[in-house]
Amino acid sequence: MRKLGAVLTSMAIMAMTVVGNAGAATKGIVIDGSTTVGPIAKSFAAYFMKKYKVPVTVSESGSGNGAKSLINGSCDIADMSRSMKPQEIAAARARRINPVANVVALDGLAMIVHPSNPVRNLTAAQIGDIFSGRVNNWRQVGGPNFPIVVIQRESNSGTQETFKDLVMKGRQVVRNAETQASNGAVKNRVSQTRGAIGFVGFGYLDASVKKVAVNGVFPSAATVKNKSYKLARELYMYTNGRPAGMVGKFVDLPKTPDGKRIIRELGYISRY
Amino acid sequence: MQNSSGMSDDGASKQGRSSVFIVSARKRKLQKISQKSGEATLFLIASFVAIVVLFIFWFVARDAVPFFRLQGFQEFFTSSGWYPADDPPRFGALAIIYGSLMVTVGSALIAVPMGIIASICLSDVLPFTVRQYVKPVIEMLAAIPSVAYGFFALVVFAPLLQNSGGPILMWAWWIIAAPFLLLLVIVVSDLLTAPLAKESMKKTAHIGVGMLFGAVALVLLYFVGNQLHGLEIMSGTNALNVSIILSFMALPTIVSVSEDALQAVGRELREGSYALGATRAETIVKTVLPAASSGILAAVILGIMRALGETMVVWMASGNSSHIPDPFFNYLDSVRTLTATIAGDMGEADQVTGSARFHVLFAMGLILLVVSFVSNLISERIVVRQRKILSGQ
Repeated sequence: MRKLGAVLTSMAIMAMTVVGNAGAATKGIVIDGSTTVGPIAKSFAAYFMKKYKVPVTVSESGSGNGAKSLINGSCDIADMSRSMKPQEIAAARARRINPVANVVALDGLAMIVHPSNPVRNLTAAQIGDIFSGRVNNWRQVGGPNFPIVVIQRESNSGTQETFKDLVMKGRQVVRNAETQASNGAVKNRVSQTRGAIGFVGFGYLDASVKKVAVNGVFPSAATVKNKSYKLARELYMYTNGRPAGMVGKFVDLPKTPDGKRIIRELGYISRY
Repeated sequence: MQNSSGMSDDGASKQGRSSVFIVSARKRKLQKISQKSGEATLFLIASFVAIVVLFIFWFVARDAVPFFRLQGFQEFFTSSGWYPADDPPRFGALAIIYGSLMVTVGSALIAVPMGIIASICLSDVLPFTVRQYVKPVIEMLAAIPSVAYGFFALVVFAPLLQNSGGPILMWAWWIIAAPFLLLLVIVVSDLLTAPLAKESMKKTAHIGVGMLFGAVALVLLYFVGNQLHGLEIMSGTNALNVSIILSFMALPTIVSVSEDALQAVGRELREGSYALGATRAETIVKTVLPAASSGILAAVILGIMRALGETMVVWMASGNSSHIPDPFFNYLDSVRTLTATIAGDMGEADQVTGSARFHVLFAMGLILLVVSFVSNLISERIVVRQRKILSGQ
């Protein structure tokens, strides 16, 4: 009897989920993708729901997943912290989906270390050496005699791909690098681990970690905007074609004063 | 057949009861039909479960085979270079398979002795009323969602290991090793003094040898403890962290199932043993444990499978670095497991980004499936054999 009850309950839940999904897909806006763009999408969603009374669901499963969802038609907007790859665009075209990039904001990639770490500046070459394993002690880059714990992101992370493009230049990340699933997890690990170094989007910076200058330039909104800070990138919301209606309004939010304010408040840099 | 012919004889001889018999025959037929249809339904449901298992195997294998066709076996099983996103990609899974093995063995080393001891304590040592309260509490460990364990491992346990890992390891060593060493000293000094003939000499020799070995044990306790105390753990998200958390997740399965097995041994065997003059310890070790060994083994394998298949905790707290620790038994290094790789890479892996990258995850899933299938098979065989031995065949 108990088993039967369990089966019935789970069936009811499944039925409810199906109905719920269908409802969201027809009326509201479904957003999936990058954990870096996630905070913006969530704040936009809260603002949007209040202003237009349109339900918006935001999931954060990584840029790669976002692209996949858009291609499969299971989301309206794919948050991405990198541009779509040629293969992804080809796959989308094959399914009659025309991915269009809408720039949301600019984001810097901040190199972060434990607050107790005295290292203030690293060159891009030094960061590359650390992440490829050629340098494995803080002493070698002007710090204390302490082993370096390298923390990277999962392979489905746009942040990871941006980092590899900007810093690694084709080199492979050292095998004993720890891999975390989100910006938040990287920050968490770095804030707790004395020898750690990792990278997160600007939106995730707070007092629990210490940011390091790259090539002598401190990461900030100003240095990203004037392009002197090298580890910077554009963040996107991909849509199917130039969207009209509510989805169009949503991706145009970054151009409005309220949108700019939200972006600034979250620690990102408005492009417009 | 015999029965029915006998009854029809009966019916033919006594006319008066023949009508009653016809009715009951119809009833019988109905009964038979309903019985058959009931059996058929049950069979269908049971075979459905078996078919589901077969289908899982089929679908996983179907998507795993293309990987081996594309990339061959050699790199997958012999290299530990895991760079699925690179161009050209590399799919060396040796380190990942090793990582799974490492955390599974680690958690088994903790959970199996602890679980068996706890189940013995529950079934044969603690009074019944206490057991009524303790067992549900242990089983509650199974009800905690794995993401909660993972969160605890990442946010609480990992920093703890980093900041005071040395002292924690030292205390763990003392708590675990002290009773074992004490037992060892007693047994060894017993064995060494056993051949001595004179009773008085035996006593003094016993004390002397015991003190000697006791001193050695104390030095060992202190020295190893000191070494452990001096250890500095660079990163708390490592194989040790995950092994400990996984062992707690496997514990309720092991305790619950092996306690049931111990209970199933029954009063008769225990009382028989007591009647022959055995002490409680002798009864447990020599009678109850052998009789319940097949059930305990099943419990252990279930628990190990739980640890092998766990995903969330290892993904969050193992550090996920795909390399074989150096040295290979270094539990303080971070590792990556098969389950975590499947969970972490699924997002990017798709036909979109190259099919080998998609199929390699199924190859990993197939390995997990085969391992659990084979170990289940082995445990089944052992259980059957054990039963034969116990029933005296």
